[in-house]
Amino acid sequence: MSADNVIEVQGLTKRYDGVAVVKGVSFSVGRGEIFGLLGPNGAGKTTTILMLLGLSEISGGQARVLGYDPVREPLAVKRRVGYLPDQVGFYDNLSASDNMRYTARLMGLGRDERETKIAESLDHVGLHDVADRPVDTFSRGMRQRLGLAEILMKDAQIAILDEPTSGLDPQATAELLHIIRNLKDRSVSVLLSSHLLDRVQSICDRVALFNQGNIALLGTVAELGRQVLGIGYHVDLEAEGEGLTEKLKTVPGVRAVEAAGSNHVRIYAERDVRADAAAAVIAAGGRLLRLSVETPSLDLIYSRYFENESGGRHAA
Amino acid sequence: MQREGSALHGLGVVILKELSDHLTSVRMRVLEWLVVLFALAALYGAIQQIRETTAEDPFLFLKLFTTAREPLPFTFVSFLSILVPLIAIGMGFDAVNGEHNRRTLSRILSQPIYRDALLFGKFLAGLFTLSVSLIALWLLVIGLGLFLLGLPPNGEELARAFIFLLVTIAYAGVWLALAMLFSIIFRSPATAALVSLGLWLFLTLIWPALAPAIVIAFAPSSNEETLILAAQYLSRLSPSTLFGEVVLAILNPTTRSLGPIYLSQLQGAVLGAPMPLGESLIIAWPQIVGLIAGTILLFVAGYIIFQRQEVRA
Repeated sequence: MSADNVIEVQGLTKRYDGVAVVKGVSFSVGRGEIFGLLGPNGAGKTTTILMLLGLSEISGGQARVLGYDPVREPLAVKRRVGYLPDQVGFYDNLSASDNMRYTARLMGLGRDERETKIAESLDHVGLHDVADRPVDTFSRGMRQRLGLAEILMKDAQIAILDEPTSGLDPQATAELLHIIRNLKDRSVSVLLSSHLLDRVQSICDRVALFNQGNIALLGTVAELGRQVLGIGYHVDLEAEGEGLTEKLKTVPGVRAVEAAGSNHVRIYAERDVRADAAAAVIAAGGRLLRLSVETPSLDLIYSRYFENESGGRHAA
Repeated sequence: MQREGSALHGLGVVILKELSDHLTSVRMRVLEWLVVLFALAALYGAIQQIRETTAEDPFLFLKLFTTAREPLPFTFVSFLSILVPLIAIGMGFDAVNGEHNRRTLSRILSQPIYRDALLFGKFLAGLFTLSVSLIALWLLVIGLGLFLLGLPPNGEELARAFIFLLVTIAYAGVWLALAMLFSIIFRSPATAALVSLGLWLFLTLIWPALAPAIVIAFAPSSNEETLILAAQYLSRLSPSTLFGEVVLAILNPTTRSLGPIYLSQLQGAVLGAPMPLGESLIIAWPQIVGLIAGTILLFVAGYIIFQRQEVRA
């Protein structure tokens, strides 16, 4: 496996009673990357995750997590990987810190190390003040954050998060995504699954789109946009000047320029052409009023992809 | 395929956690009070009865366990044989499906432990809790017996009472393993509890009566001895029957056999004379082994199913 990849999956397959739920998926997650597994419920995301953790048997293909085989060396994998299950549960009668203490013991942390790390990680996710309250008083968002605290305490190299934001209100979601981004800053690789696309788009470096046990699309959001929508970037530009449209068409990477109003054009491009477009406007003696880029929304890619699929045409 | 690391890594942590859960739970407290109150009632009855009726008996102390205050049929032993399964089932019926329903199972199993440690830990913690309660109860009975009868038990009586304690723990183990097996099979704790209790009632109350009927209905032989033996073997499938027989042999030293006695065996025997402890133990040995084997079998069945079960809810 390549030194930069923390997870490598080749032809991973899961069959229940002869019915394949995951049909030979392959992908890899790089060090420090946030990788999203996206797709509708029942597409095989959770099953894939459980196989990576050695919690579910692998029917075919192989997986390597940090170089370990989850089938033969599940303990080595689980020592280094933190897992936040879908709708994570805690022992409701115990306090947040007691719940953490139990898992810390299972991880094999010594007493002093345990207490420091529990305090530290609860502090990090903003649960320090409620550390001694029983978990049954916690909201859904607080439980998710407690789950993330557990991963922090573990000093995991990979965090695997299953539907971390489902069922959360917008503010709790924002808080959670903030913590997940912090994980990345600590050079933790993140593998997360979700069916909430717009939320995930903002933090994922790359995504894999699951559909009925297969990976339908894989790449950065812009790449997927190019594959499915045929174009990667929409740049909105407002400027005053003569013959700007013609000038802009000559900028490398620009596919089309479309008038969207007086002094307002929309540029379709293969890459982010804002700098070059601005330079072109200035060079043509125009006055640049506004310049903004809109990456294609994952929602749009997603719905367009499934539209195409059901229409019988292959999008990519 | 060889797995890396010990299957029992983390066992101690799980046992401690489960123990603290059991010992602080309301459920456990209710069950303990139930046992203590019932046991005291039975013991009080036994002592009244012993004071009134007994003349000379070399094993007077053991009568504490097996005497009922007439006309009621409730002895200390009969209370235990009903309440011990109840407590064991009460502790085991939500052991695994409870973790499923709280959605803690996948989180716990994503820590560096094997499923083995979780299941072993839960079973051992349950058995340990039961043992602690039973030992406390046993000491209570011995102490009260000393106090109220004013008569110290002799060495053999103590030894027999101690063996009785160990057998009771094994008996509890059977029901605990059974309840845990159902807690693995059924996702709903209510179903697991009902099925466990139903099976307990069936095996304890109905099966001993049903066994002879089944034998008469299906056995081709008309030999009376064969029929009686077959019915007895069949009824021994119930742990309650086994427990009853062991108790009879251990706590009642005059018991010479747990099956039919042949005339040839009685030649030269002094009827009503107590058997030595070793002989009583030999008489009850198959039943004792049966109880332990039952526990192991039920646990292994649960273990295999749990290993193959999917973690996701």
